[in-house]
Amino acid sequence: MKRYVATRLLLGLVTLFCVTVLVFVATNMLPGDAATEILGRGATPETVARFRAQLGLDDPLVLRYGKWIWGLLHGDLGQSLTTQASINDTIWPRLWSTLRLAGLTALVSVPLAIGLGVLSAAREGSFLDRALAMAALTAISFPEFFTAYLLILVFSVKLNLLPNLSTIFPEMTFLEALRAMVLPVMALSCLVTAHMMRMTRTSILSVMSQPYIEMAFLKGVPRAAVITRHALPNAAAPIIAVVAMNLAYLVVGIVVIEVVFVYPGLGQYMVDAVGKRDIPVVQACGVFFALAFIGLNLISDVLAVLVNPRLRRRTGG
Amino acid sequence: MALFGTRVPLTALFGAAVMALFILLAIFGPWITPYPPDATVGKTWTGPSAEFWLGTDNIGRDILSRIIAGAQTTIGIALVTTVLSFTLGVSAGIFASVGGQWLDNLMSRVVDMFLSVPVLIMALIVLTALGSSIPTLILTIAFLDSTRVFLVARAVAVDVAARDFLDVARLRGERMPWIMFHEILPNAMPPLISEFGLRFCFNFLYVASLSFLGLGVQPPQADWGGMVRENGQAIAFGILAPIWPALAIALVTVAVNLVVDWLLSRNVKPSGASAEL
Repeated sequence: MKRYVATRLLLGLVTLFCVTVLVFVATNMLPGDAATEILGRGATPETVARFRAQLGLDDPLVLRYGKWIWGLLHGDLGQSLTTQASINDTIWPRLWSTLRLAGLTALVSVPLAIGLGVLSAAREGSFLDRALAMAALTAISFPEFFTAYLLILVFSVKLNLLPNLSTIFPEMTFLEALRAMVLPVMALSCLVTAHMMRMTRTSILSVMSQPYIEMAFLKGVPRAAVITRHALPNAAAPIIAVVAMNLAYLVVGIVVIEVVFVYPGLGQYMVDAVGKRDIPVVQACGVFFALAFIGLNLISDVLAVLVNPRLRRRTGG
Repeated sequence: MALFGTRVPLTALFGAAVMALFILLAIFGPWITPYPPDATVGKTWTGPSAEFWLGTDNIGRDILSRIIAGAQTTIGIALVTTVLSFTLGVSAGIFASVGGQWLDNLMSRVVDMFLSVPVLIMALIVLTALGSSIPTLILTIAFLDSTRVFLVARAVAVDVAARDFLDVARLRGERMPWIMFHEILPNAMPPLISEFGLRFCFNFLYVASLSFLGLGVQPPQADWGGMVRENGQAIAFGILAPIWPALAIALVTVAVNLVVDWLLSRNVKPSGASAEL
């Protein structure tokens, strides 16, 4: 078991290393000269030269990567091209805001998804089950901004209950900040809950078709108890895996949602930087998003094995 | 309703009808817009009226005309992207299944690397370097998406490649392209068709999201994602301007998903009650 976790962790680190290479190469694959391309044709030769020096474009790619990754490992993310400010100062508060948003969403959506999934499986084929399936399909198909604007229209404009923007100022009290986050959390929850709910339902139903469940029914165990005591523990492994996987999907949803609600998080920081072609900022944000994504996938794999002893033997740990 | 001897559920019919409507819009859009899509014809952000059915946008353009004109851009880009991504992903997937262990491993590891970064994040990174234009947008998303197509195509192709008729083809002395495209591809087709619908949905949403973020199709070209962005602020005043293009995007994805769901359940049916899995 320990060996499995260690191997998986090592594999995660290797993946992360490969991804940093990928991110770095992707931001450096401009055809022709990056400096003139980004500054535009009107730039004077001096500006171009200064820009080249700042980006270190005169060094070979491998050396530049070495410098960048060395800084990254020592907690130095470099300097923004547009504001000249140190990325470290900007990125950490934004990272915390994003983590807060993601954390709250997880708190809301995971219990909701599992609850609805169990309910849906318990009443398989009922009107409720079909209604939930339809709702899930639409929620999955809707683009993030559509869900978000609908929520704004209902809760902010029509009912006037919540603010339509989630700009959070330092002087806001905790409750005010929390109130500003309700709508983005709702929008994100809609997105991730749907898929988690469907997978929970599927996992439980696939367990329900096994002989020992039939046995439980035959000896007179009530349906609710069969599901909670007999089916749920065995369906736990795939459910946990799917929960972690969907939280990883949050990484993508959060970018769009932050822009809709003008929420001061990592996603908006990255989108702004892409628009201004601020390469160091995009690299830093990209690495953080990749880290979150890889981390959650890793947790999903490890938890799945921890919960289901049968998977342990197969992995030889 | 019955089609080819099977009952088609109402949801799939609805999906197909909506898809047909939007395809017609995408083809004939430029000729049927009530107003020129790029011309200011009214005041800023007026509500729906007899004159402008869906109201006007941030600079007084007719929203209905822009949605009709935008169908071509938005659906067209997603379709071209998906076709490209499939050509690339399926060829690579089949190639990996017949190209030998070493090549298969190599390709799978490279794809694994791409799978560990979400498409949208990677697309943002690439677009920073390349700048945003429609060709770069299409190529970027198509390439990133093809890594996902590769996974499915390879899995299906490996399954087909292990069958007897492939040994026969090899013994007959057929060349690699023949084996790939005349032996494996036709047999791998059924699961790939529903996958095509799914990937189209994803690509469609990626393109719309990127345009919404201001990093996809650039104004003044009419495009649904961009229209949501241009009119986003109107929502605070209770004006529906950003809702219409977003609704169009949602309708297309729901419609395609409904049809794909039905195709998937048809594909799985012969093997038993596991339609859900």
